[in-house]
Amino acid sequence: MADHVNLERRRQAIYGWLLLAPAGILLTTFAFYPSLSTFWSSLFSRGTRRRPSEFVGGENYADLFADPTFWKVVTNNLLYAGVTIPVSIAIALSMALWANSKIPARGFVRTAYFTPTVLPMIAAANLWLFFYTPGLGVLDQIGSLFGLPSVNWLGQPETALWAVIIVTIWKEAGFFMIFYLAALQTIPEDLKEAADIEGASRWTYTRRIVLPLLMPTTLFIMVNALINSVKLIDHLFILTKGGPNDASKLILYYIWEMAFAFFDAPHAAAMTIMVLVVLGVVAAIKFSYLDKRTHYQ
Amino acid sequence: MSKLTRHIETFGALLLAVIWISPLVFAFWAAFHTTSDAVNFNVTAPWTLDNFRTAWAGAPWLRYFLNTFILVTVILIGQFILTTLAGFAFAKVTFPGRDFLFILVLMQLFILPEVLIVENYAMVSRLGLFDTILGVGMPYMASAFGIFLMRQAFKGVPMELHEAARVEGCGWFGILWRVYVPLARPTYLAYALVSVSTHWNNFLWPLIVTNSPETRPLTVGLSIFGAPENGVDISVISAATMMSVAPLLIAFLVFQRQFVQAFLRAGIK
Repeated sequence: MADHVNLERRRQAIYGWLLLAPAGILLTTFAFYPSLSTFWSSLFSRGTRRRPSEFVGGENYADLFADPTFWKVVTNNLLYAGVTIPVSIAIALSMALWANSKIPARGFVRTAYFTPTVLPMIAAANLWLFFYTPGLGVLDQIGSLFGLPSVNWLGQPETALWAVIIVTIWKEAGFFMIFYLAALQTIPEDLKEAADIEGASRWTYTRRIVLPLLMPTTLFIMVNALINSVKLIDHLFILTKGGPNDASKLILYYIWEMAFAFFDAPHAAAMTIMVLVVLGVVAAIKFSYLDKRTHYQ
Repeated sequence: MSKLTRHIETFGALLLAVIWISPLVFAFWAAFHTTSDAVNFNVTAPWTLDNFRTAWAGAPWLRYFLNTFILVTVILIGQFILTTLAGFAFAKVTFPGRDFLFILVLMQLFILPEVLIVENYAMVSRLGLFDTILGVGMPYMASAFGIFLMRQAFKGVPMELHEAARVEGCGWFGILWRVYVPLARPTYLAYALVSVSTHWNNFLWPLIVTNSPETRPLTVGLSIFGAPENGVDISVISAATMMSVAPLLIAFLVFQRQFVQAFLRAGIK
């Protein structure tokens, strides 16, 4: 009997590993191994024809910390995250509350909110180019109606990053709305009835009952928005190319530029590692803290 | 009072909707008008298809469409196979080290393929897959997200069905194929919609790995076509943009409910 159980257990183990093998191989090839080798190559100098690459330890990191562009890019990205995350969550929440209430043309409203989500970032950037172009763009035309001077939104350091931020918010708010919409529909009707009987205003009901119940959704969206603030950089290629004077450059764009425009892989690797560390901290917080509240089982 | 706030809210909701849709509407309108009419907001100006003719002649769009189509298909097939096998293993097979491996897979949710572009580029080149559609698709096939999704779907399948199929003489593979896969059909559909729209729109990685019109997907083609160096005017860019978003946009408008449900199913579980 014990033999039989043992055999069955061993068979399950073999099946398990066989089933996982294909995915495991690809994950190792394109995620785990590259993470480790990125770390490894971040410790070596950039090889040239005269001087082969050699082990330099933390020198690449030290270079970056001494590089004003790096700090500029980090600051930009912090601002980018600091604005896009709360603003798109707030907009997504109002969108969901509206799209869930009994308003006329609800179908149109929902579609309008969600549509940017299915567009490629590159296409979104092209659409917004039409708004931002100095002189000819929609914004300038509207401004000239009120006698405002033409503004080169993408071409001046003060506004370039903000123009990029607006496109990101436009792109992701509708996506986040859906998660709120789903959560709103799980809130039982009797809570609303109870609040009505108690004479609570709609505002009180929203603030005291709806918002707390949406908390897990908000946290989920927050993690997604945080990842997006690292990942969503495609529109930079169209709108500003990180300029002017690095005013709108974000970390991932800088990594790309470092590796594929300046051919400086070691410094790109060092930056990649720093991004991975930040994402790793986010992951650790999510799995250890947040998942205690929201159960997947 | 409450009637007034209701009106204000309705107005706000509609205003936001109009603002949200306006970039798309403007571009659509500009695509069908001459540049000077478009930038002057000449509302009564005649409609024209010239921009589409110019745009179409300016780049091998048909090839780009085909490349994107092949790319999303290859990725989807790869993902279906790999995530089904792995998801099943995590959901229904007990073996030592399973939980540890699952945590490793979850970690990959945060190791974004986008961030690892430098090493993945080296890896794809080493494998001889540079400038191939397979090279663009490979890093996305073993999707941790997909494995997670499939695991959740398979977990919900009652063990009785599993046992019944086993009594009938089905092997592991037979049980997976005849019991689990059909029952998880809604999850597959949801995952397919999310995957297709993600990879139809993906840009950075294909930009790095492709180097010729024969492999370049639409997004990369569009960015090259619209580059300021090419001096293409805004109406033509709008036409090209409309062309490249049309298939997905039309599909979305027609199957809106399924799309939204798909994103929900994929995100919530």
